Amino acid sequence: MKKLVYDLVVVGGGPAGLAAALEARKNGVKKILICERAPYLGGILNQCIHNGFGLQYFKEELTGPEYASRFIAEVENSDIDVKLGTMVMEILEGQQIIGVNRKDGMFAVETKAVILAMGCRERTRGAITIPGTRPAGIMTAGTAQSYVNLEGYIPGKEVVILGSGDIGLIMARRLTLEGVNVKGVIELMPYSTGLIRNKVQCLDDYGIPLLLSHSIIEIHGKERLEGVTIAEVDKNLKPIEGTEQYVSCDTLLLSVGLIPENELSNNLGCEMDKVTKGPVVNEKRITNIPWVFACGNVLHVHDLVDNVTQEAEIAGKAAAAFINNEMNKEEKVVEITHDKNIGYVVPQRIDALNNQGKVVKFFLRVKNPDEDVKLIVKDNFDHTLLSLSKSIVEPGTMVTFNLPRKFVTKDTSSIDISISKEQPQ
Amino acid sequence: MEEKKIICIGCPKGCALTIKHTGKTINEICDYNCKIGLEYAENEFVQPKRIITTTVKLKSGYLPFVPVKTKEPVNKEKIFEIMKVISKLEIESPVKVGDVVLSDLAGTGVDLVCTRNIQKVS
Amino acid sequence: MKTDVLIIGGGVIGASIAHQLAKYNMDIILVEKASDVCMGTSKANSAMIHSGFNIDGEKLKGKLALEANKVIKELCDDLSVGYVKPLGSITVGFDETDLEKMKKTFENGTKNGIKGMKLLNQKELHEMEPHLNPEAKYGLFEPETGIINPFEYTVALAENAVLNGTKVMLETEVLDIIIENKTAKGVKTNKGDIEAKVIINAAGLYADKIASMVEEIDFDIKPRKGQYFLYDKKWGKILTYPIYSAPTKVSKGMIIVPTIDGNILAGSNAEIIDDKTDLGTTSKALNEIYINAISHLFPELPRMGDVITTFTGLRAASTSEDFIIEPAKTVKGFINVAGIQSPGLTSAPAIAIMVEGLVRELDVDLDFSPKANYEKGRQAPVALADLSYEERTDLIEKNPDFGEIVCRCESVSKGEIINAIHRPIPATNMDAIKRRVRAGMGRCQGGFCGPKVLNILSKELQISPLEVTQKGNKSFVLAFKNKELSLEEGDRNHEKISI
Repeated sequence: MKKLVYDLVVVGGGPAGLAAALEARKNGVKKILICERAPYLGGILNQCIHNGFGLQYFKEELTGPEYASRFIAEVENSDIDVKLGTMVMEILEGQQIIGVNRKDGMFAVETKAVILAMGCRERTRGAITIPGTRPAGIMTAGTAQSYVNLEGYIPGKEVVILGSGDIGLIMARRLTLEGVNVKGVIELMPYSTGLIRNKVQCLDDYGIPLLLSHSIIEIHGKERLEGVTIAEVDKNLKPIEGTEQYVSCDTLLLSVGLIPENELSNNLGCEMDKVTKGPVVNEKRITNIPWVFACGNVLHVHDLVDNVTQEAEIAGKAAAAFINNEMNKEEKVVEITHDKNIGYVVPQRIDALNNQGKVVKFFLRVKNPDEDVKLIVKDNFDHTLLSLSKSIVEPGTMVTFNLPRKFVTKDTSSIDISISKEQPQ
Repeated sequence: MEEKKIICIGCPKGCALTIKHTGKTINEICDYNCKIGLEYAENEFVQPKRIITTTVKLKSGYLPFVPVKTKEPVNKEKIFEIMKVISKLEIESPVKVGDVVLSDLAGTGVDLVCTRNIQKVS
Repeated sequence: MKTDVLIIGGGVIGASIAHQLAKYNMDIILVEKASDVCMGTSKANSAMIHSGFNIDGEKLKGKLALEANKVIKELCDDLSVGYVKPLGSITVGFDETDLEKMKKTFENGTKNGIKGMKLLNQKELHEMEPHLNPEAKYGLFEPETGIINPFEYTVALAENAVLNGTKVMLETEVLDIIIENKTAKGVKTNKGDIEAKVIINAAGLYADKIASMVEEIDFDIKPRKGQYFLYDKKWGKILTYPIYSAPTKVSKGMIIVPTIDGNILAGSNAEIIDDKTDLGTTSKALNEIYINAISHLFPELPRMGDVITTFTGLRAASTSEDFIIEPAKTVKGFINVAGIQSPGLTSAPAIAIMVEGLVRELDVDLDFSPKANYEKGRQAPVALADLSYEERTDLIEKNPDFGEIVCRCESVSKGEIINAIHRPIPATNMDAIKRRVRAGMGRCQGGFCGPKVLNILSKELQISPLEVTQKGNKSFVLAFKNKELSLEEGDRNHEKISI
């Protein structure tokens, strides 16, 4: 079996992996290898042909492939090695990765650090156990997106979409533009889980109804999908008797959530966050294993690729410091806690001693939509470090804020983040 | 004076804007947070426009389709007419980001450009 | 077409009979109406090789299950089919009523000759299965039950039969039986007539329909519907042994079983229905199974989330609740092998031997001399997962397709998928590939590999991607080439869902 030696292996050549590798290179890491399973770089951006990318990072509105092309060009012009069509099978305890591809067969890479950038997968019909038959014509919205945009095939002509996540909304528009009848989007919650901009430009623009507080309770069709039975749900998300409606369709697309793909991280023994389903990290995106870093959708599901790039740069820079022995091995861990109105916060802890940058960037998601709220950050001495007003918060839009590092002192042991209603003036 | 509430789609933020108008004349635009929002509201009220992103058939390329976009927004009511025009197109590879597929799409004066680099397959 | 023996049905029973008779110098044709073997009852069951401890040894099905247990190990070794036996099983009880039932089962097992059974007290029970509901009080352990992959097993039997000269015709449905002078002479199928000296009815759910093409019958096959949950491999370690909940009047109890591939299979209920094609799962049944069996036994298992899929199996239950393996009463040359519900999978080899005996007794001129170049094994498909890294590297050097991973979740390579398409019983649709090499069987359920598998099928079968099906016949995965639909002229229905 071939044996290679690198300073850094980046698992995944999508936006996270590309930015992390480039940042590590900029910070002096010499031998970098990106392992990407597709025959080209760019990751999921290759099938995200719509725009909305890059407004923050490039101050331009770009489509997915355009955004990716900028980083791909930089990588191609650098001395970063790339192995395409390559699957990383294992990350071993002794700082080794095992990969496989057509040309090299199985190979082992000895490395000083690994950056996890594997992205995520989509939740399936099976996982949410929708009852009924199992005909052809049921797939996740991302798979349909791959068929339409990369392969050039349309899955059906009468489509129902379950889930108002962004991928579902984007596909509603995409399919409509290609002549398909998208009959409606069914959403379990009483609010849309995608960006409100997408509801407008993907559904309202085309007269596609969004049925909130509805669920699919049965799937019909023996060989190919023939229809679905939908029903309204109550506040406990249980179907309300008498509201059942049969909707004939030949295609059902599921946009019911993304799950970080952490098979490698789990097998290696990374400490995982039950809510994000990604590894637990500190602000430098280091996992509990000092030579393993994580960024992008594998860490927690993002909604803006611009944030993915920023997060990846944090990880790349930290990996470089680690590889160049510029990182103090001792950590003073500050735990991040949050109240029950918040779903999760990344990072889950801060390393108070190893500084990197003047601010710590936080990403969080709220559990329920709300208006006119205050985001309050306090330390263990109950000092309010930060207080931000937000007119609208919703689970589908990640909230970000920067905490100046100077607020984290050697005496800080924990930081708590809470969301509460703005007090009327 | 009437009020129309819209969501700006100029960026992923999706700010809620209010257009105060009398009939077809705009009196005032409120609650916008940047100039993209202001411009969007002005256009949306008078002549809604959208950027179209889709794919075009590609000959002898590494992939069978290349993703494309209209370089600028086009009149919303012309979308399906434009999609029909695009459906008939086929271009030769290789293609680069920014390559013009077709100028003056359906008489709109707007170019259709490639958004991905795709090599030719020998 | 002409043959000596015509077997109707390509489930595990039909395949076992073909495998058995292929040892001799007679022509065999097996016809199966679906697009693959193992598509009926054989496809959806608990994947267990029952030891027979909880089966009535007086009934034919009990006797055959016990007989089969003696030969299964050698058979699987010959055919290179994976199985784990002995593994054992534990029947779990919560109260005195359960304990009484379990004691009766213990007696039954002893009568059937099962050794090593043990009644467990609460402490012993939880030592063996620490994740069981702490309120579980009693256990009956028996050491002989095994687990197997029913697709792999059925395909292996059929492949070996083909290797030894059997002709397997898929998508071939028997429409009528040709009878002359009270003798079965052949079958009419959608692919033409086939003359045969002996016809064996192993048509599973439709065995009654086929049997009544020959004569008036005194049995009915009523589908008994059972629904199942398949859990993600990450839950595989939650138990060691197949677990039975206490038995009821109609079933041996619900089961929570580790599969040979590392998943957990849980179910199933038992509902008698009329429609032999009703394979839909229902909210009611899934909830009942979850509450009464799954979370009752293993409270940690979730209702959804880490569920790979839920599915339905239809058992071919006969009115007599036993196997019906006998020649037709008024017509010669026709043998019924009907009502094969549990322990059908287990009993298959013994059923095949019994059927051989019945065929020999028929007054028919068949050549029972052993085949000269009989192959008792088969070349098992290459499974990368079974090879060491060095072995894989050697393989990839000879054939780079084995270095291209297509299914990320189950680590399946392009080479394995291509092989499956060209095997003696070819996989020709998405689900057939899934059953053979596991591409699409993992936690993303084909979300990532689906388009790739579809392309491979399209290329290898030399058909357009639009012709690739999910499970044969008209279950097409895709509908149009991009741009075709938007250029379509004429009125199209754009009706939306009404709010």
